[in-house]
Amino acid sequence: MSQEPIFIDDYVVSISALNKSFGTNHVLRGIDLEVQRGEVVCIIGPSGSGKSTLLRCVNMLEQPSSGRIVVLGRELTHIDCDIDEARSKIGMVFQQFNLFPHMTALQNVCVAQRKVLKRSASEAEQTGRALLQRVGLGEKADAYPGQLSGGQQQRVAIARALAMNPDVMLFDEATSALDPELVGEVLQVMRSLADEGMTMLVVTHEMGFASNVASRVVFMDGGVIVEQGPPSQVISSPREERTRTFLANVLNH
Amino acid sequence: MAISKRKRAMYTRYAVYALSIAALLAVALLVDWSKLSNAMFRWNLVKEQFPDILTKAAKNTVIFTILGFAGGLTFGLIFALMRLSTIRPYRWLAAIYIEIFRGIPLVVTLLILGFGIPIATGWQWPNAYMQGAVPLALVAAAYMAETIRAGIEAVPKGQMEAARSLGMSYPRAMSTIVIPQALRIIIPPLTNEFVLLIKDTSLISVLGVTAATKDLARFGRDGVNSTANATPLMVAGLVYLAMTLPLTQLVAWMERRAKAAGK
Repeated sequence: MSQEPIFIDDYVVSISALNKSFGTNHVLRGIDLEVQRGEVVCIIGPSGSGKSTLLRCVNMLEQPSSGRIVVLGRELTHIDCDIDEARSKIGMVFQQFNLFPHMTALQNVCVAQRKVLKRSASEAEQTGRALLQRVGLGEKADAYPGQLSGGQQQRVAIARALAMNPDVMLFDEATSALDPELVGEVLQVMRSLADEGMTMLVVTHEMGFASNVASRVVFMDGGVIVEQGPPSQVISSPREERTRTFLANVLNH
Repeated sequence: MAISKRKRAMYTRYAVYALSIAALLAVALLVDWSKLSNAMFRWNLVKEQFPDILTKAAKNTVIFTILGFAGGLTFGLIFALMRLSTIRPYRWLAAIYIEIFRGIPLVVTLLILGFGIPIATGWQWPNAYMQGAVPLALVAAAYMAETIRAGIEAVPKGQMEAARSLGMSYPRAMSTIVIPQALRIIIPPLTNEFVLLIKDTSLISVLGVTAATKDLARFGRDGVNSTANATPLMVAGLVYLAMTLPLTQLVAWMERRAKAAGK
């Protein structure tokens, strides 16, 4: 069986027939999803619906059980694919921030530039400071993660991912671990990224963000994509009963 | 009328104090101190131990300890990483190694490797330091592997995931992100390991020693033989304490600090 990596320029992410099981737990059941350059795709759905697992498959933090994932023309599910090289072009932001606690904010933003992209110390620092500035944390370059609020930590984490000049950004419930008053500052950074044309896959519970920023909303339940479309359709007038029930539970209180 | 619980606790405490003081007094009065100090702590013999006990014996103990610790740390790290590997045969090999070297007494390992191997193969140890330190390091590696593994597992999984998501390879993520954090966690238990090693070097003399490679314990024991007095061993014991007490206090301090930082 010869499977040449395919190159489809329009699609940044192309997922077909993706299945993922944890033991007997069948979490993803035949997902097909394509994301075009510049799209902001928000994935919503009840907990346990498989949306985080789907996102983690896009950069192979979870190994798919079957199916094909093509990101930026690289077929990640192909045995010859250099996953590390591919991941350096896919930024990821985690629910728990996962900043490196033994490094300052600036070192967090610089370490992969140095070790993976082999940038010089001065170039990495320049890029790092500019990015911290950009997420509003220029003053905090020398602070350790433990000295920062959750919202500040998450903004450093976004800067850290951006430092690799990614072509697509994955956000895995980036605001779910934050105190309510800190959610806004992180969403604002995400929104400005979207406005600049970054391709984004966003797993979120923030319906306001999905309504206002997403170019497409994907509703998942039980390991399948139940429906998808522009937010005006999926959030404002969903066709599927399951989507209606979910949105009623999320929005009405 | 029955006495209250708090009163009873108070009387019990007084009784324990009184008994302790009585026991101390009895020892102080009944023991023949001059006879005891004559047999175990004769000042002229104490002075005779110096400077050799420091310049030769303690130096050898330190050399054995450092060689054993450095080797143990290196191989311990390798076995810890093998234990955490996704490749099953690596995990098995490391588990077997750890179980074997933790399950056999150090004296037996010392004798097998120090004497048995040369007899069986005709190969000779290049020097007495290697002959003693290599078996010590191999046993230390088994214990340290488990300590290091626990430290690596204590680093949250998200750290590895974040590093990998930035494009770092597994070895790169381990060495720059996970292991530096694991080391911080395991410095207190590794220091304890170091203290145990200092004491374990006293077993190396079962391999036979020359005047130049005597460790502290052997030095004290030979001193007992030549002086027919326990003083040299008492002095050796005090020199051990002079090395181990600062380290155990250091561990206690680090643990207090970690506890305070955790609040």
